[in-house]
Amino acid sequence: MGLSNKIENTKSYAGLMSLRWWLLAIAGAWALDYVLPSMLSPYIFQILVLAGINVILSVSLNLVNGFTGQFSMGHAGFMAVGGYLSAFLTTSLVEHRPDLMIDPATGELLGTAVIFYFGSLILGGVAATLVGYIVGLPSLRLRGDYLAIVTLGFGEIIRVILLNTDAVGGARGLSGIKQFTNFGWVFTFVVITVFCVWRVVHSAHGRVLQSIREDEIAATAMGVNTTQGKVRAFAMGAFFAGVAGGLFAHYLTTLNPGTFDFNRSFEVIIMVVLGGMGSISGSVVAAIVLTVLKEALRPLQQYTGVDLRMVIYALVLIIMMLARPKGIFGTKEIGDLFRGRKKVKGDLT
Amino acid sequence: MFFASRLSILCAVAMTVSPVFASTIKIGEVGSMSGSEATFGLSTHEGISLAVKEQNAKGGIKGKKIELINLDNQGKPEEAAVATTKLVTQDKVMAILGEVASSRSMAMAPIAQQNKVPMISPSSTNPKVTEIGNYIFRVCFIDPFQGKVMAKFAAEQLKAKRVAILRDVKSDYSVGLSNFFTEAFKQSGGEIVVDQSYSSGEVDFNSQLTSIRAKKPDAIFIPGYYTEVGLIAKQARKLGIKAPLLGGDGWDSTKLFEIGGKSLNNSYFSNHYSQEDQAPSVQNFIKSYKSEYNKVPDGLAAMGYDAAKVLFAAMEKTKSLASTEIRDAIAQTKDFPAVTGNITIDAKRNASKPAVVLEVKDGKFLYKSTVNP
Repeated sequence: MGLSNKIENTKSYAGLMSLRWWLLAIAGAWALDYVLPSMLSPYIFQILVLAGINVILSVSLNLVNGFTGQFSMGHAGFMAVGGYLSAFLTTSLVEHRPDLMIDPATGELLGTAVIFYFGSLILGGVAATLVGYIVGLPSLRLRGDYLAIVTLGFGEIIRVILLNTDAVGGARGLSGIKQFTNFGWVFTFVVITVFCVWRVVHSAHGRVLQSIREDEIAATAMGVNTTQGKVRAFAMGAFFAGVAGGLFAHYLTTLNPGTFDFNRSFEVIIMVVLGGMGSISGSVVAAIVLTVLKEALRPLQQYTGVDLRMVIYALVLIIMMLARPKGIFGTKEIGDLFRGRKKVKGDLT
Repeated sequence: MFFASRLSILCAVAMTVSPVFASTIKIGEVGSMSGSEATFGLSTHEGISLAVKEQNAKGGIKGKKIELINLDNQGKPEEAAVATTKLVTQDKVMAILGEVASSRSMAMAPIAQQNKVPMISPSSTNPKVTEIGNYIFRVCFIDPFQGKVMAKFAAEQLKAKRVAILRDVKSDYSVGLSNFFTEAFKQSGGEIVVDQSYSSGEVDFNSQLTSIRAKKPDAIFIPGYYTEVGLIAKQARKLGIKAPLLGGDGWDSTKLFEIGGKSLNNSYFSNHYSQEDQAPSVQNFIKSYKSEYNKVPDGLAAMGYDAAKVLFAAMEKTKSLASTEIRDAIAQTKDFPAVTGNITIDAKRNASKPAVVLEVKDGKFLYKSTVNP
């Protein structure tokens, strides 16, 4: 009795121990949100926020494209679903129940309005998950290029539906969204995303996903339900893309269907491929590097008068793919490189 | 010691950069210099650059030269927002000119408003843009007015009773114009016989045009952009539709003729200015633009030029170039003799000014009439 209790205790304690760093990271994000504005210019701050949103997108896509080996090209579509739904929810709340959102005396947002914002983000993510499930279920039974084509088509369908939906502004776009998103929120969700993907990948489910990536026939022979595994990864990736969409909407304060075209999906795919398919830290690094690189090259345009940014951006990608086709990290994580040991865990090749 | 000397250099650099000690007046411009709407961004940029050059030749503003910082947004709203933040917080510009498209202006305006930097959009026609705050202005007329102008023109000059609409559902501009046209045209006793739609990027409009042909309209209102309009005109004439085609300022490009050719004869569209206008402000502008860029300016270039001119005139009126003063001075703009008509900024920070209706004939835009607000 006593012994089992003790084991039980250590177990939950161990769970907390492993959570400790992640919770600390979230606390750190809010601390930085408090401290950084006085140290950094709003411009750099804004780039960091956009980089954070890109990290969420690329890490969640890596779960599908990298770890499960399915080629999804519809991430922008899920982002649009989540972004539009959460923005629509908060703007309608402000319109119909201003007593819940806005302080009548000052016209400012109420402190409690953040609860609705958080709720709308999660609902946006859930909606994206549902859509991901519906799209994924039939198409993930297919193999190879078919999924890419289906998801590409799906992204465009979402965009065209949004263009023709008057309730969310149609082609005019949805404007007047309140700016809830800040550094703290974005990096809280960055930590949550990385945590969830990390834990999934390093669990039994993660082994299932990686076995699907390595050899689907062998995985089926081992008794793995490949469709189920793929749909789970796909839906989870969609959830975080939806949340990222919500964060994006409440940061930019205006949404336009044009923002979520397939170029946006490609940008995320590029981040995943550049960072390394199957490396979470690779996705994080690549998302940050590419977001910052685009801005860092801006002075070049100012001095030359020609926008060379995309040329250099493309060159970097070409050189990268020639020199290191596996991406920056391949399937390794940043910690593996520092420790100088070979990755054993989960490497099925 | 070395560190200290470096620090002092840094301080010196920082001082010259800060606006108080600056010898130049920094103006920011955000435009789509690349991407699918690059021609709009380039035209606007040329207009603005010309205005800056002329002002600097006159000695700048209050003895200070103007420095134009132009940033590209690749036609993306989030890039426009980042570029605006950079201009406002890094470069410390005194005012911002841009954007052409309303979707990008909407992303920029909250940042300009928050930082209290006056922003003038040359050609964002969506009414919502200037509603964002009291630092946001525009020098173009808004969609409702343009829709009304063409409805009035169709009813009074063309004596049209039955009009068909072919709108681009992808563009807020086109949808807005169609709605306001419908409203105004119905008020004047007309009838919209059929309302068809397409998406920009399409190349085949035969099915829409066939259903329009069946209704035998007196005129067809196509408030789209020049690429599709050119194709639509060609296919409409091929199907034997002879009714006049009507449109808005999205038609304004020499590319229109390259695509549409002779099919565009018997078409009319509302625009910001006419090159045939003999007013000295217009002719001088066309002359200097031609000598600078060796081509005829389009409407967007004229709007960019006007936006810059309105800003410079307002800045000259201020005492200390403080942002609140610039804002107030822009708001008080009255009967400013601009290329695109006399501009008066109204209480909603929109420009109230006349529109011209142009006739398309054999590869030329001919002046047809002027409609006052």
